[in-house]
Amino acid sequence: MTAAPPPEALRAPLVVEFPFTRSLGPVQSAFLTGLRERVVLGARTSGGTVLVPPAEYDPATAEELRDLVEVAPAGTVTTWAWNDRPRPRQPLATPFAWVLVRLDGADTALLHALDAPGPDAVRTGMRVRIRWAAERTGAITDIACFEPVGPEGPEAPPLHPPAAAPHDGRFPDPVTRIVTEARLDYTHTPGRAQGAHLAALRGRRTVGERCPSCRKVYVPPRGACPTCGVATTDRVVVGPAGTVTTFCIVNIKARNLDIEVPYVYAHIALDGADLPLHGRIGGIPYDQVRMGLRVEPVWTADGRHPDHYRPTGEPDAAYDSYKELV
Amino acid sequence: MPRHERDIAVVAFAQSDHRRRTDDLSELEMLLPVLDEVRERTGLRARDIGFTCSGSSDYLAGRPFSFTMTLDGVGAWPPISESHVETDGAWALYEAWVKLRTGQADTALVYAYGKSSPGSLRDVLTRQLDPYYLAPLWPDSVALAALQARALIDAGDTDEEALAAIAARSRADAAANPHAQLAGAVPHGGHQVRPLRTGDCPPVGDGAAAVVLAAGDTARRLCGRPAWITGIDHRIEAHSLGVRDLTDSPSTRLAAQRAGLFTAPVDTAELHAPFTSQEVVLRKALRLGRSTAVNPSGGALAANPVMAAGLIRIGEAAARIHRGASDRAVAHATSGPCLQQNLVAVLEGDRA
Repeated sequence: MTAAPPPEALRAPLVVEFPFTRSLGPVQSAFLTGLRERVVLGARTSGGTVLVPPAEYDPATAEELRDLVEVAPAGTVTTWAWNDRPRPRQPLATPFAWVLVRLDGADTALLHALDAPGPDAVRTGMRVRIRWAAERTGAITDIACFEPVGPEGPEAPPLHPPAAAPHDGRFPDPVTRIVTEARLDYTHTPGRAQGAHLAALRGRRTVGERCPSCRKVYVPPRGACPTCGVATTDRVVVGPAGTVTTFCIVNIKARNLDIEVPYVYAHIALDGADLPLHGRIGGIPYDQVRMGLRVEPVWTADGRHPDHYRPTGEPDAAYDSYKELV
Repeated sequence: MPRHERDIAVVAFAQSDHRRRTDDLSELEMLLPVLDEVRERTGLRARDIGFTCSGSSDYLAGRPFSFTMTLDGVGAWPPISESHVETDGAWALYEAWVKLRTGQADTALVYAYGKSSPGSLRDVLTRQLDPYYLAPLWPDSVALAALQARALIDAGDTDEEALAAIAARSRADAAANPHAQLAGAVPHGGHQVRPLRTGDCPPVGDGAAAVVLAAGDTARRLCGRPAWITGIDHRIEAHSLGVRDLTDSPSTRLAAQRAGLFTAPVDTAELHAPFTSQEVVLRKALRLGRSTAVNPSGGALAANPVMAAGLIRIGEAAARIHRGASDRAVAHATSGPCLQQNLVAVLEGDRA
């Protein structure tokens, strides 16, 4: 006879999306506004080095940089990597090369994508130019990508980099902030202890875990005793009834929550548990809820956890029986 | 070399078996056996530890303040002295080292963990990049390492064959490491992002590690042969990749110099080089010769639990000193794209 396989781990999609709004300082504002106007700006250090993309402070000396210059929209590949399988949200959907490009007039390189037919068409030192995005908003993606200069004919001799031309960095309607949208997709798995707790809730039971050292029962269990720092192991069914250890009266209606105010939110120590859970108290006027009130869970038809707790009708619990849990 | 009276040593190290995924375990459950192992090895109970510091990242699990969940594993009630770094646990070890060095504690527990399996690691790591010029392009970690590899090949520092040999040597050495995720003869595979092939890249996986530090006589009491940290330093370079010479790592070299690496040879080097090409850069920066065994554990090419892999390098180097296989070792940890941030620790055992 073989042991029963462990239950399939619970899993659920978890999507994290964040549209950060970021302020641009004077240098980044000028650079990104410039891209919108098809002008590439760099920052010149006191030593004469031109940084493209520009920084607000010299990476070598930490000196403030405000001296802007215009550089060419064409340059030289300093290193590259061929990306056969573009990932979502990368600049091109077809295979492309990641490139660092030193634009003519600049001393540092800019990272972007190079649209080329294949890895054999790319090499360090090749000449490339910016392909501008059709719609530009003042973002690094206003550069759609780079493209080879003269891919068909014999390679043009490298241009002598022109001197970077001074630029006041002023444009009408400058971009002063950008929104950096991001989305990351995860598959969340709760692990052993929380998984068992969630599985038990399907059967409308609440399970905790007991610490082998201090014997306390934690619910919902996280797999360890925070006092002893050891794994909790023994599974213990607690409740269903419990005692209100403390509570508050909520007077502000939460968005997207169909509960009339005022209502009571309470800490409830389920019978047999050494840690109170949170829950809403119903079935009793809000101003009659009290510490020591005995309550039991109320489930709705498709609920994955108790909708709320209501009085059992038992006499109140003596304070001494729950004072350690307040 | 005479030692300061607050000499600090690594006295215990443990790590999990690193796996591609651990759907059956929470981060805390993955970490607990590792914490148990270092506590058992030192005889320290949770409340005996003077300071606790951890390294992890919310972006791996996709949940804010995720490090608070693992505090249950260190007995955080009643309150303890605790801190957290949102980067590799090697930097948590640095913070703990400072705490012990300044006499605020005699022992420290340092742990780190990362579950890369819930998300897409290559995409997740793009979120650590400069948000104005880089992150909107979503250049993934393999692509950025590939740019560095190409720069090395163009400079004549390596070639694809030499990179494959680094991968083969690492995974062959990892056959003796029971915790490794990838060991033995591993096909080098096709290009991921050219010039890097699958074999040049680290496995993606979940894992945890823990280290116990102790000061002076406490260290001698807890460990037969403590691995004394005779120097430790960390340095950072400009975040813009186009400003840096990707074929070199001046930050690693400076950290090594400040940590005292260059005053005497080392027999062991545990380098946090997730990509084969990065070992080339680090060997040069650390001036490692043929007499130094590089990554005898298999290194990050055998197991790269993000946020723990750097701490593991210090732990692996210390463990070799504990068991007498090394007298003087260097451990290196990195964070960020293309070796942006680097930490170097020099460890020594007492001579018989």
